Amino acid sequence: MTTAYEAIIGLEVHAQLLTTSKLFCGCSTAFGAPPNSNICPVCTGQPGALPVLNQRAVEFAIRAGLALHCRIAPVSLFARKNYFYPDLPKGYQISQYDQPLCLGGHLDISCDGEAKRITILRIHMEEDAGKSTHDIGQATTSHVDLNRACVPLIEIVSGPDLRSPQEAGQYLRALRAILMYLHICDGNMEEGSLRCDANISIRPKGSTVFGTRTELKNLNSFRFLERALAYEIERQIDVVSAGGTVVQETLLWDEKRGRTLSMRSKEEAHDYRYFPDPDLPPLVVDDAMIGAIRAALPELPEAKMARYTGEFGLSAYDARVLTSEKALATFFEHAVTAHRAPKKIANWITTELLGRLNARGESFESLRITPPQLAGLVALVDEGTISGKMAKQVFDTMYATGEAPQAIIAREGLSQVSDSAALETMIDELLATQSAQVAAYRQGKTNLFGFFVGQIMKKTAGRANPALVNALLRKKLEEE
Amino acid sequence: MSRIRTLQKQLAAGTLTSVALTERYLARIREYNPGLHAYLHTAEAFALELAHRADERRRNDRDVTPLTGIPLSIKDVMHVHGLPTTCASKILEHFHPTYHATTVARLLDAGAVILGKTNMDEFAMGASNEHSAYGAVRNPWDPARIPGGSSGGSAAAVSADLCVASLGSDTGGSIRQPAAFCGIVGLKPTYGRVSRYGLVAFASSLDQIGPMTQSVEDAALILQQIAGHDPADSTARNIPVPDFSARLGDEIAGVRIGIPEEYFGEGIDAPVEATVRTAIAHLESLGATTVKIHLPHTRYAVPCYYIIAPAEASANLARYDGVRFGHRAAARGNLHDLYCASRSEGFGPEVTRRIMIGTYVLSSGYYDAYYKKAQQVRTLIARDFAEAFTQVDVICTPTTPHVAFRAGERLDDPLQMYLADICTSSCNLAGLPGISVPCGVNADGMPIGLQLLGRPMDEVTLLQVAYAYEQSTSWHRHHPPHYGIGA
Repeated sequence: MTTAYEAIIGLEVHAQLLTTSKLFCGCSTAFGAPPNSNICPVCTGQPGALPVLNQRAVEFAIRAGLALHCRIAPVSLFARKNYFYPDLPKGYQISQYDQPLCLGGHLDISCDGEAKRITILRIHMEEDAGKSTHDIGQATTSHVDLNRACVPLIEIVSGPDLRSPQEAGQYLRALRAILMYLHICDGNMEEGSLRCDANISIRPKGSTVFGTRTELKNLNSFRFLERALAYEIERQIDVVSAGGTVVQETLLWDEKRGRTLSMRSKEEAHDYRYFPDPDLPPLVVDDAMIGAIRAALPELPEAKMARYTGEFGLSAYDARVLTSEKALATFFEHAVTAHRAPKKIANWITTELLGRLNARGESFESLRITPPQLAGLVALVDEGTISGKMAKQVFDTMYATGEAPQAIIAREGLSQVSDSAALETMIDELLATQSAQVAAYRQGKTNLFGFFVGQIMKKTAGRANPALVNALLRKKLEEE
Repeated sequence: MSRIRTLQKQLAAGTLTSVALTERYLARIREYNPGLHAYLHTAEAFALELAHRADERRRNDRDVTPLTGIPLSIKDVMHVHGLPTTCASKILEHFHPTYHATTVARLLDAGAVILGKTNMDEFAMGASNEHSAYGAVRNPWDPARIPGGSSGGSAAAVSADLCVASLGSDTGGSIRQPAAFCGIVGLKPTYGRVSRYGLVAFASSLDQIGPMTQSVEDAALILQQIAGHDPADSTARNIPVPDFSARLGDEIAGVRIGIPEEYFGEGIDAPVEATVRTAIAHLESLGATTVKIHLPHTRYAVPCYYIIAPAEASANLARYDGVRFGHRAAARGNLHDLYCASRSEGFGPEVTRRIMIGTYVLSSGYYDAYYKKAQQVRTLIARDFAEAFTQVDVICTPTTPHVAFRAGERLDDPLQMYLADICTSSCNLAGLPGISVPCGVNADGMPIGLQLLGRPMDEVTLLQVAYAYEQSTSWHRHHPPHYGIGA
């Protein structure tokens, strides 16, 4: 990025809530059901049907609000957002507008090792629209699936606090992690459970006024988000550098072509004619309800990090990595429960386990190793059954097959030779056949020690307990 | 004894069966409906099946309610699963709902017989019933006149005895105004007293379903059956339902009746005012105390109503887009063309006008001046009433400023048409219960209605006073001539 400008980015994140039924009716929210099978008069907008608010969804939205340090409004309102589209059955979306459920929170992120606090302006509840498909059947026909219509969403709006695509990425990752920790969203961006739009503008560095912003729609992966923002920042800088002005418009990211495309200009923007939905009374939330939800909140990444560095003595880096995703933290904690060696286990996870996953581009969900298995492996090293080097070999097999380490060691005969009598005999034999080297060592060529160790390891196919070999060798070489 | 009580007595005695009663009504509908056009759809087989079941229920002495076997009609804005719902609109021609409205389900649970669906102004928008896409309803008292609206079909059907009673809906007077014009009783319950689930929405914050009957007691009996919380309607209040007949027959001595000056004088026809004042004097003679009160924001009620109701309607009617149900234009083009053609062909002129008004008042830049201001006025109107009800128990006014006018007289003047709501719309804006009872006729023999308004959720007092008035006068025994009633 040209250094004369800085980017101002704010994200609007839509998260689908993990309720079993829809926001205003009893239909299932299950993903992947046959088109138009999870529908009823309410979510298809039949005349005379009325919405009834799903209290579980309210609870989930409040969880998000509390975790993001928001104020929960004692009274909030649902409003109708009016526009016509075939996948919007009522011709309006029930959303929250000027009186949302959660206001004024924040999320702390870490970017290049520096902590940064990002403002959360608001979190509001709304129903999803259906899904339009234009590329099946006849070219002149479109299809609408209303299974998704009326599925509960929360929209989390950040302040214009993000300054780079990387920061935006970090924010979205941290936000996704929290939603998953709270067990209110599955975080699946591919299936659209988590969707992201960005507002973006640039300004000369040092300026305090905002430039004209554009809105980027449908940034449905971390990669898309970061690429699209980088492209758009570059584009806006080019426009301004060439003496032009940025036009306020809504843009769609075209991943294939690697560029943004104009969707509609400011003049073409909808007038949504929001007004309070008369079918839904004001949403009233009392302190008792908020208190109960707060009390039931799970431990969140921040608190976990503090515990990992304090109680477990992990480095800040390891603690941050391990808490970055709920699944990872859970894995770590389960492993530590099985074998209390937190630092070693953390090390195995951050280096060996994540290293392999990243190298192979595999997801944590596809992992075949279980926490007790990893704990078992570390314990075997600690007990001296296998060497650290051997453990890495065992780990490779565990990673590939999901087998327990004990089974692998037994099958492949990998356990260490820790029988000191056997090793002593082996060492005696070695020293007897290598009298010249022994003499050289005793005359001060102590760097030959490694040679003797290597010979023993060779004989035992690497299974000799190195500490024991060292001790025995030293004793033998020095005693005569 | 009320019409329903009388029929119940005969049914219980075995001198009448529901099937015979239903057949008699179906025959009356065949004879008189072509001239009145009160019904859009008569459901002969459906009704007879229900009548058979009601008779069986009575034979087995199982769950017999005051409505078991009683033939009713339903305004064509509520769903009866198995019958069409058109809302008197071309856009819902051939539309068949997949479920019962909660009110309808409750009537069917009680064993009531449904004869058919009654005509109305399209989507309940109108005061004359001339805005039905399927032809206007005529007033049984004078076929040259309108029956009122929007529940004009229900009013005409009850008045001409083409059903024992009917369910109507009232958004700005749509039950009470036609009830007054047709000389029957019309009750709009408190907002939230009756579920709106399955009532095709016009203006959601104002709509309320209520009974249209030949007597006050019948209104209480029907309200008893349809009232109460419904988990499918978040605006249906979850509070206990009282016995609405509890104080029928109680004296009204000591009841304080408020007379708001704003509802008399300018804009009210002299014969109507004189008749209503006579009725008030009659209530005094029964021991009620009258108190002059002021409802200073009354004059803003009609403009306020004609902002809020169209605003809500503009969103409520957005779902009729030709995509999932209802009329779809044959014209093919892009999506926008499909929407425009389907909606232009499907909606009549009054509905179109209100959608445009509603869209306008919600538009960016106009919202504060219109919609928001109207909501503020609405609050003031409600406050007027709340204050008045600290001094009085019910409020008494004319139901309409005049008697039923002649067909065609106001069709080209929407503003004149809107003024027909001048006495009734405040009640909806404040969410109060209101009832219209017949209280006389003018020189042409056209009925005049007395409107009583009550405290929120106090239908019991309202019914008590209305019943006392009705039972000590004879207006409820007047029927339009030429329909063989009372024979």
